[in-house]
Amino acid sequence: MNKRLANRIALATLYAAAGITVSVLFAVIVYVFINGIGQLSLSFIFTWPHGVNAEGGIWPTIVSTLYVTVLAMLIVTPIAILAAVYLAEYAVQGRLVSTIRFAADSLASVPSIVMGLFGLALFVEALQIGFSMLSAALALSFLMLPIVMRTTEEAIRAVPKYIRWGSYGLGATKWQTVRRTVLPAAMPRIITGIILATGRAVGETAVVIYTMGQAINLPVTPLDSGRPMTVHLYLLAMDGINLPAAYGTALLLMILILVFNLGARYFLRRSSRRM
Amino acid sequence: MPEHDIHASPFVSPEGPDKITVRDLDFFYGDFQALAGIGVSIKQKAVTAFIGPSGCGKSTFLRCFNRMNDLIPGTRATGLVTMDGQDIYAPGVDPVDLRRRVGMIFQQPNPFPMSIYDNVAYGPRLHGVKKRAELDDIVRSSLERANLWKEVKDILDRNGLALSGGQQQRLCIARVLAVEPEVMLMDEPCSAIDPTSVQKIEDLMAELTDRITIVIVTHNMQQAARVSEFTAFFLQEIAGDPAVLVEYDRTANIFTSPQDRRTEDYITGRFG
Repeated sequence: MNKRLANRIALATLYAAAGITVSVLFAVIVYVFINGIGQLSLSFIFTWPHGVNAEGGIWPTIVSTLYVTVLAMLIVTPIAILAAVYLAEYAVQGRLVSTIRFAADSLASVPSIVMGLFGLALFVEALQIGFSMLSAALALSFLMLPIVMRTTEEAIRAVPKYIRWGSYGLGATKWQTVRRTVLPAAMPRIITGIILATGRAVGETAVVIYTMGQAINLPVTPLDSGRPMTVHLYLLAMDGINLPAAYGTALLLMILILVFNLGARYFLRRSSRRM
Repeated sequence: MPEHDIHASPFVSPEGPDKITVRDLDFFYGDFQALAGIGVSIKQKAVTAFIGPSGCGKSTFLRCFNRMNDLIPGTRATGLVTMDGQDIYAPGVDPVDLRRRVGMIFQQPNPFPMSIYDNVAYGPRLHGVKKRAELDDIVRSSLERANLWKEVKDILDRNGLALSGGQQQRLCIARVLAVEPEVMLMDEPCSAIDPTSVQKIEDLMAELTDRITIVIVTHNMQQAARVSEFTAFFLQEIAGDPAVLVEYDRTANIFTSPQDRRTEDYITGRFG
């Protein structure tokens, strides 16, 4: 074959692949946007659903989603960071550490419905916490833990050696160096990891459907049950109760996740400027 | 035995009180011996320069003085290194305490990603200084001693990484001065910064010896000649063999009448 022709074919194929990717993404966003934008209003966001067709707003589901997400974040962050510090700074690098890493990566790829089932068995039933924000947050934290732990570990490893030397050179102990220099230097990337994991939790359906319950409640204590946006969306759409409200919920959910991802980008930019 | 071996790592002691004394130091990275039989006396409140070709173990040797090599797994030093007569490798010595007394400046300026103020206050805070007024004093006097105060006094809350390379290096010097070390080790402190800043740092070194002892590793022989009172020449003659101290004397003697032909060859630019 003529090599110029081959070149053109290759180029066309690449353009097509890129084009398909972008247009699929674009199609999803546009579709949800067109169908959902008519629903969006302050009263949709801030009022309760009512009636058999769940008319009105989705306020309690927004609160439930944010509640469980923040709770899961509070559970995950300290554990994941401490585990990552141990793995990156203290553990003797060897088989044990690579096993822990492999376990974390495997945990991250467990299907979320399995994690939901596990949460149901362990937290809701065995520990008798019941359908609640707490059960859902604990189950979600299993999903988020490996993400935050691995990104934190990478962030810690990315802190340049000579910055650590500077600290040791001033008579700092290892822990002082980790706490006062390494963690602050790694913080923007750690926060990025937390935000990405949180974005994942916001969009999670399978885990919460088994652990939070489905009743439309405004949760106050962690032991209250509720219905998150994703489950609300699922129920509205599956039973064909109220498709417009389902699209409105979907659009809000996407906006929420977009906000999280933009936040992650912001922190990543900041970190690359600082390092 | 080759003729020059009798000169290998001679123990020379120019006059003046010792701050650090080294005898028969061997250093190993795992199985590889990097330094053999080094003996040297670092004079108090003077600038001593270590010169030699790349990879001849100057920096490794320098890091023996604050036991920074302890941080590299698999390394081992044998022999005697004393500071003020005390063995710094003795079992009771905590390298963390030692490093407070023996500060270090690195080739790459390495300010922490935090404000200029916090960079300088880092050391004092590590060692328990909490009062704001006291920290303010330390930060100011350290920056003044490092000749950086005038340039940064209005931007103390700005990130240290926003400074120029030369300013960053002086910030690192101020950061070390803030813990009032007795010795300052400088590992090629000028090789990553611009010439004007080099001048400032060289001037600074002369001023600092009123209180502290400075040891500088440099690739630049003119720099060694300009800033130091004593010079030690290191050489690894055959790749894979340990490096030795070829000659150690007053800088003036090293550069005008070296005793060893290898020193002469090096300073006249015949190799390295």
